[in-house]
Amino acid sequence: MNHEFAVQALRHMLRIRLFEERTLEVLMQGKLASTMCHVSIGQEAVAAGVCMAMQPQDYLTSTHRGHGHLIARGGDLGRMMAELMGKETGYCKGRGGSMHITDMALGHLGANGIVGGHIGIAVGAGLWSKLSANNAVTMCLFGDGAVTEGVFHEALNMAAVFRLPVVFVCENNQYAMSLPWSKSTPAVDFKTRAAAYAMPGIDVDGQDVAAVYQAAREAAERARRGDGPTLIGAHTYRFFGHSRGDPSAYRDPEEERRWRERDPIPLFKARALSAGWLSQDDMAALEADARQAMDDAVQFAEAAPPARDAVAFEDVYAPSGAHSAERERQHSTL
Amino acid sequence: MTVMMFRDALRQALREEMQRDPRVFLLGEDIGRYGGAYAVTKGLLEEFGPQRVIDTPMSEGTIVGAAVGAAMVGGRPVAEIMYVDFMAYAMDQLVNQAAKIHYMFGGQINVPMVLRTQQGTGRGAGAQHSQSLEAWFTHIPGLKVIVPAMPDDAKGLLKAAIRDGNPIVFLEHKGLYALKGEVPDGDYLTPIGAARVARAGDDITLISYSRGLHIALEAAETLARAGVQAEVIDLRTLKPLDLDTVIRSVEHTRRAVVIHEAVLTGGLGGEIAARLCEALFDRLLAPVQRVGAFDVPLPANSRLEKLIVPDAARVVQAAHTALSYSRSA
Repeated sequence: MNHEFAVQALRHMLRIRLFEERTLEVLMQGKLASTMCHVSIGQEAVAAGVCMAMQPQDYLTSTHRGHGHLIARGGDLGRMMAELMGKETGYCKGRGGSMHITDMALGHLGANGIVGGHIGIAVGAGLWSKLSANNAVTMCLFGDGAVTEGVFHEALNMAAVFRLPVVFVCENNQYAMSLPWSKSTPAVDFKTRAAAYAMPGIDVDGQDVAAVYQAAREAAERARRGDGPTLIGAHTYRFFGHSRGDPSAYRDPEEERRWRERDPIPLFKARALSAGWLSQDDMAALEADARQAMDDAVQFAEAAPPARDAVAFEDVYAPSGAHSAERERQHSTL
Repeated sequence: MTVMMFRDALRQALREEMQRDPRVFLLGEDIGRYGGAYAVTKGLLEEFGPQRVIDTPMSEGTIVGAAVGAAMVGGRPVAEIMYVDFMAYAMDQLVNQAAKIHYMFGGQINVPMVLRTQQGTGRGAGAQHSQSLEAWFTHIPGLKVIVPAMPDDAKGLLKAAIRDGNPIVFLEHKGLYALKGEVPDGDYLTPIGAARVARAGDDITLISYSRGLHIALEAAETLARAGVQAEVIDLRTLKPLDLDTVIRSVEHTRRAVVIHEAVLTGGLGGEIAARLCEALFDRLLAPVQRVGAFDVPLPANSRLEKLIVPDAARVVQAAHTALSYSRSA
């Protein structure tokens, strides 16, 4: 942990927070192209810590609550906002929206709208890494709701038995939509769960970006040297409802208050200040930089024309045989 | 040309593609040492090793999911699901993931994978091992669906599928694996999305695919003895569907029967009949007839099973029904 780490960690977390606050604003202004939008405010330390542990050649799979994962992986805020606003300059030509936001050139294999649906995809990316010896690790992020889906069991088992370079990270924000974690499963820690697959299981404070980073980095190193997958449970909290229009009536206000006291951004700022990693000036500069980046992003997105009607009908199929050149180009840009 | 069985033609396609492209690999249950439940992959483990012929745990969802993921990052997976019935476990990976990824992510990435599985009756395998579920897959934009009936097409279409660059559902029929036929040697490709006229005739068109084609051909023989010349079309691919070939034939014969082993309700027969009505309403002399399985599950009893699925006699009867209409046009 040092100045460089702190700059990056705070930069990512601020950008995620500001992006999502701004997203809620433009959503209320009726500027988004879709009604589907899930924010991860409160969970920024998980996205930042996990993505900072990645190398350029690595892969990432993400969820319906995935803005933060793409931002921490280096996604362009303007193209992200353009995607949310349904512009063709958006990452998915304005066709994917918030839930499917993706930049494949960053090894980001997609934000996925099916809870747990991408865990098998992460295993496939890991399988190909092993077969092709491409030295890539796949970071598979999913929420607590995914843990109780059948594919979770299949995927972790297969990754473990093949010793694949995959790091499974449960971003446990305590609620699968409205169902609390304690009512989703009696096995609430991840160390126990991982033991069933004979893989290391780590429970980490998801509000502590340094702790998440440490756990993710160790797991990635283990995966990269061929020692197989790890299951990390990053325990965090969703400060807002599941989606727009969810007032979280099922949550205890006292519980919400306690978690909000553990907001990952002020927590990290205090720590960085006391450890001497960052000065007040450093933090003010990072804040100003993030605000400017966000203003630019909204401006970029608003200035772009809406997607052409034809975009609705394009790309149902890839041109036959055209695949390899396209993909190789993508990969050469990593 | 070499005469070989349908399963050997499939194996030859896999072997040639694995030799041609080091990115091609196989994964599935019991495909390695066991050689595949229907012996399609027999010997490939010995030839290519465990890195390219991967025996997986019993995990259909993740077999398909892993194929999707590997395809996205550089592999050319050919996944085998032992019975199409087991696809019920894996539909999210195929339908919500494989079929959607290219479109949903703005064309940023392709999913060049082949999902091989087998379906159909003939072994008294019962309600959970005998269904014909092609209509599940044709309903999904983003998938291509291939249903070969002959050994040469089994080879040519499987090779084309592996090279296509899209998620492909390749449906074999368990009753055809031992079927023998001439198969071209070497790099033989059958185009995806092209039907074939399997038998020429002027009086009525019988449209089918997979094992249904053989029932249609048998019916055409019977009809010929009664003086009716049936044209028989092998669709070969259901999605994309080669409607041009179908319409060209029916425009000429003006009567049609669609035959498939899948249940009638929601089956391809309804789709093809509707398309023919749209294209040729004024030209048709009779309503398009459909011959499919009755809407019941399949019993684990070879004799009872035969009562449910189409046979040549039912096709002949349907043809005669179509021929019985006379309409001044």
